[in-house]
Amino acid sequence: MPPLTSTSPLTAETRHAVSIVLNGAPRTGHAHPRLLLSDFLRHELGAHGTRVGCEHGVCGACTVRIDGVAARACLTLAVQAEGRRIDTIEGLTRANGGCMTALQEAFRRHHALQCGFCTAGILMSLTDYLGRNPKPTEEELRDMLSGHLCRCTGYAGIVRAVMDVTGRTRTEAAHV
Amino acid sequence: MKPASFDYLRPATVADALAALASGGEDARVIAGGQSLMPMLNMRLVQPRLLIDLGRLEELRMLRAEDGWLSVGAAVTQAEVLARPTLAQEVPLLAAALPWVGHFQTRNRGTLCGSVAHADPSAETPLCLVATGGEVVLRNLRRRRTVAAADFFLGPLTTAKAADEIVECVRFPLARRGSGHAFREQSMRRGDFAIAACAATVDDHSASLAVGGVADRPTLRSWPLVAGGLPPDLDEALNAFAWDFGGDDDQHATARYRRDLVRRIGRTVLEEALSCRR
Repeated sequence: MPPLTSTSPLTAETRHAVSIVLNGAPRTGHAHPRLLLSDFLRHELGAHGTRVGCEHGVCGACTVRIDGVAARACLTLAVQAEGRRIDTIEGLTRANGGCMTALQEAFRRHHALQCGFCTAGILMSLTDYLGRNPKPTEEELRDMLSGHLCRCTGYAGIVRAVMDVTGRTRTEAAHV
Repeated sequence: MKPASFDYLRPATVADALAALASGGEDARVIAGGQSLMPMLNMRLVQPRLLIDLGRLEELRMLRAEDGWLSVGAAVTQAEVLARPTLAQEVPLLAAALPWVGHFQTRNRGTLCGSVAHADPSAETPLCLVATGGEVVLRNLRRRRTVAAADFFLGPLTTAKAADEIVECVRFPLARRGSGHAFREQSMRRGDFAIAACAATVDDHSASLAVGGVADRPTLRSWPLVAGGLPPDLDEALNAFAWDFGGDDDQHATARYRRDLVRRIGRTVLEEALSCRR
């Protein structure tokens, strides 16, 4: 792996080697400095599960985990991810013996998706968020979901799915 | 939307970063969390020739309360400050306002210093810095200087920072005993830019209100308490404050609506701040 820091910059016209740990496996690709992490994952490493929506951080479709923390892949350069652990939607089933996780099953059961474009990002946010706040109230959950745009579900199914998995019913949650 | 081409430097030290910034001139920009700069790069509103990444510099990861100030280094994220267990005692206004900064997912990478350097007129962190009487520590290759928040913000995306300087850290005064603080804002949806944001501080002698999103920079006004309470003519005072912004209609709201928000939310947060003094 090249040294993380340098006194001379990575030049704009050159594709530089970028090594990350993608869903637990070391991977290397090449990127111009201006390449977004979202495009690096999709076009360079072939991880197409991460969707690209607005490309300015509003829609949430490209959300991945960087060193465990949910963040927008479209607001991160591939070269900034050098040496980082990147977790994407593909890693959820892989880490669960090839089966869908309880959260993914609940999404299916509660019709928490229709077209599915927002789903990968929402699941990656939730895996980080529920780790920090395992039993959010509906109000807290909807606040977190404000970082994702879903034009199919109206969020009702998503909220139901999460409340189901966390063992909180919507009646005990604060009404929003 | 993809950024235009640039060289990218990941310096080993702040000194290396400052040297590169000095030689890069107006064509060089620094990035830390990137949650304000990356959208502007993607939309090509800024097209630097050189991008200098401060995000991994340990020297800029300081987060500490001492000598009456909470100091937050340039590489410290909004999420890290929000997760600080003592924040609500140290800078209660920041504890109240940070949950309104962007979203959970952007706070995980976005930095306080980045928000301050970006200087969006509706942003919460610059508003809190002005409301609390905070400071901005600027550094270039030769020297370090401290600028009061009130003198730092000059207009939309315009600050007193020179092209060869970085915002090394921002400093918030620790809340005084007996003071009360409150924050509220109005936006089209949670996490959007504030149409109007109000931060109130009440101590033993005065009540002050800082407003963001209405004028071209966060603006502060104070009134003396009368018999230990808010001034009896507060409505008139808030009305005068609201008109003094001279706001214009824009795509988000009319000037009239903004004046109404200043009058209503302003009174609400001042009353909240008065009642939660401790």
